Amino acid sequence: MTLHRTINLDLDSPLLRVEALTKLYGARIGCADVSFDLYPGEVLGIVGESGSGKSTLLSCLAGHLACDEGRVLYRNRDVVTLSEPERRLLSRTEWAFVHQNPRDGLRMGVSAGGNVGERLMAVGARNYAAIRASATDWLGRVEIAAERIDDRPRQFSGGMQQRLQIARNLVTSPRLVFMDEPTGGLDVSVQARLLDLLRSLVRDMGLSVIIVTHDLAVARLLADRLMVMKDGRVIEQGLTDQVLDDPQHAYTQLLVSSVLQV
Amino acid sequence: MSEAAYNFAYLDEATKRMIRRALLKGLAIPGYQVPFASREMPMPYGWGTGGVQVTAACLTPEDCLKVIDQGADDTTNAVSIRKFFERTAGVATSEHTAAASVIQTRHRIPEQALTERQILVYQVPIPEPLRFLEPRESETRKMHALEEYGLMHVKLYEDIARHGAIATSYAYPVRVEGRYVMDPSPIPKFDNPKLGGMAAIQLFGAGREQRIYAVPPYTRVVSLDFEDHPFEASKAAHDCDLCGAAHSYLDEVITDDKGGRMFVCSDTDFCAMRRAEGHVGRLSPKGAAA
Amino acid sequence: MYVATKGGERAIDAAHQWLAEERRGDPSAPELTIVQIREQMALAVNRVMAEGSLYDRDLAALAIKQARGDLIEAIFLIRAYRTTLPRFGASQPVDTDAMALSRRISATFKDAPGGQVLGPTFDYTHRLLDFTLMAEGEAPQAARKPADPAPAPHILQLLDRDGLMEPLPASDETPPDLTREPLEMPADRPLRLQALARGDEGFVLSMAYSTQRGYGRTHAFVGELRIGTCAVDMEIPELGFAIEIGEIELTECETVNQFTGSKTEPPQFTRGYGLVMGQSERKAISMSLVDRALRWAELGEDDMGAPAQDAEFVLYHCDNIQATGFLEHIKLPHYVDFQSELELIRKLRRDAGAETCKEAAE
Repeated sequence: MTLHRTINLDLDSPLLRVEALTKLYGARIGCADVSFDLYPGEVLGIVGESGSGKSTLLSCLAGHLACDEGRVLYRNRDVVTLSEPERRLLSRTEWAFVHQNPRDGLRMGVSAGGNVGERLMAVGARNYAAIRASATDWLGRVEIAAERIDDRPRQFSGGMQQRLQIARNLVTSPRLVFMDEPTGGLDVSVQARLLDLLRSLVRDMGLSVIIVTHDLAVARLLADRLMVMKDGRVIEQGLTDQVLDDPQHAYTQLLVSSVLQV
Repeated sequence: MSEAAYNFAYLDEATKRMIRRALLKGLAIPGYQVPFASREMPMPYGWGTGGVQVTAACLTPEDCLKVIDQGADDTTNAVSIRKFFERTAGVATSEHTAAASVIQTRHRIPEQALTERQILVYQVPIPEPLRFLEPRESETRKMHALEEYGLMHVKLYEDIARHGAIATSYAYPVRVEGRYVMDPSPIPKFDNPKLGGMAAIQLFGAGREQRIYAVPPYTRVVSLDFEDHPFEASKAAHDCDLCGAAHSYLDEVITDDKGGRMFVCSDTDFCAMRRAEGHVGRLSPKGAAA
Repeated sequence: MYVATKGGERAIDAAHQWLAEERRGDPSAPELTIVQIREQMALAVNRVMAEGSLYDRDLAALAIKQARGDLIEAIFLIRAYRTTLPRFGASQPVDTDAMALSRRISATFKDAPGGQVLGPTFDYTHRLLDFTLMAEGEAPQAARKPADPAPAPHILQLLDRDGLMEPLPASDETPPDLTREPLEMPADRPLRLQALARGDEGFVLSMAYSTQRGYGRTHAFVGELRIGTCAVDMEIPELGFAIEIGEIELTECETVNQFTGSKTEPPQFTRGYGLVMGQSERKAISMSLVDRALRWAELGEDDMGAPAQDAEFVLYHCDNIQATGFLEHIKLPHYVDFQSELELIRKLRRDAGAETCKEAAE
């Protein structure tokens, strides 16, 4: 399996451009007037309290939710108006989505190897030995012992399930990865290990990532840039260090200080 | 029941027309499951109502019908369906594969190669090859439409990982003309190679599930597999004990309570024909050997 | 010496003769007449008409007799017969407002215009075996009073007038026909109601019961249950206007359900609907509960993962003729598939055995 693509990424033009994205739930705002660019290899963190609209935004970007207004341009194509076949094709080839709960992103009745191999088979891999080799390789990269390849995720710990979900998503070398609180349900020590792993994978593979988290420590470790959301709107954005060390908006200051007090 | 009270081949002409339209659509899109408004038939769902409706829509008074179940003309359900058409359509029937113009089958493809003048009608219990991977009809239809067949191979992958081989022995999924993944009905996988390039028209009817699909003559039909775990059409490693055939699908018959058993062709017409030609097997009566 | 099993045909004929004999039972007992079944087994006849989707009491009684009292078998006979009937046209929608009521109750209001009519019901009977019926079953004539000439409008219309009911826009659209088009998902409400109306009483009952026990709870009250006869009008093309072609007995149930409101709707009552041919109130009430549970999406309620909320699950499994056929088909010979499984198991065991031997040798 060749995992490294030989595509020409134009590093100067954005991979994803979001323009005035708005999603309403009746009269209530899900998210409103969100705009940003994401460049190849960049990690964008979206932070805010629960209910701030960050998960709604992520769902709209990934096409799981239909937005009411705005455009989402992926490599200059508007994915809002994409047909379902095109969108589904995109989400099993160039995109990946890591759910907070690994159960939402894994097939619990299928072995670890089958879970990792599914995306390969979905894009036409038909050699059992090669699929298995690739799955073994990926289990290794997410620190799951090779002899667990035929075990089902049910028999895995929460941290292992989450690492398996990451392997399953990254096996086809996607360009853009959406992550929704990927360390959410895990113990602190398990979180730290997973964060380390994620950071090295993102750097090694040069992935573009949009990660939603309420945990500023996670954001600081992984994200190049941050967007702070409140009541469905982006209230501040900038380089991660800049936002966290010198917050401009009163809400961001509160958010940062409340973390520091812990 | 008074047969005169019913239309030729039981169904009214409007219903037959509806079924024929579905059949033509199925032939135009090989392997695609065409929804059709299956009627309540006088035999139970699951007992061949789909096949019976397809046969009824195809029959003309000049046709000669053969009905087999598990390869045999004389099993109870085959007898029952054949009788039904004798009564309601009055068509000629035959047990000889070569003599029939329409053959309705459950679970087998006849051993003798079929010709361009024949139609093979399959009874189908579950037409959806993805059903046991994804129970939702709305989702499986989408998967077919978008050619999302990765999950099918995940199942085969899991088989090999667990058993060292693909553990599907009948109703083995196929891909038709490089497009739709299709359930060939519960024929043993031994019969799968006959599906492709067949001269006869193959029609599949699933009454309870309200689906019709088809494979036109000389269509490419490929059994799903992996490059390094190729599909294998297997059968019992025996010859027929009655006619000596080495390449026919065999039924295993228990002959006593001490582990005694024999193997005989499941296609009874094929076996009888070979015996008539003088072929003998291990248990043929003495003196029959040439 | 083995000969391929012959004689299927003879076996079938003999089995059918035996069946006919069993159906008749002891010939010294008088034979049941169709009239007796129609008149004295009326609720069984009603169920066969409802789930057989054919309103003909005599044919339903005949089917029950022929099926030896097996109602699903009787429904099956009726359905198969129904297939062969030509379709002349469709009636106009029946007007249940104008129903000649034999029973009409509301659990939500003590009294309402038109009054409560208890009617011939098992409710409030003590379920004690009445041994006098073993000897003779003559019933004294019940007290009679002339029908109330006052109209009995639907009780939910009264709530409607106050704006407390969800609005139900009238539609003249011809609903899809389940018996003429394949059932396809997602199914809209008219299609769901059709499927439920001819669905198995036991299945629909259990689904409804499950919603009461918390699997997709909808807090149903029986707003109104009415049983009676309705005129069936049909427009005759040659005449150019509608005439009454007969009347049928119907059971109709409307439930009132709590609804806390959604992003677009204020808090209000919502409804579940059940309509069944003949007198079949258990079925009609069950149907209205299941109908309401299936409406979760349009009302913006949560999918709680309850079976009764799952339209695919309910609609694909409520038909007892489909279910019984498929269930019983496993009695048919399967020796070809079984043989291939047998070979596979042997092969896998052989392979596993070979591996163990190899390991032992190493």
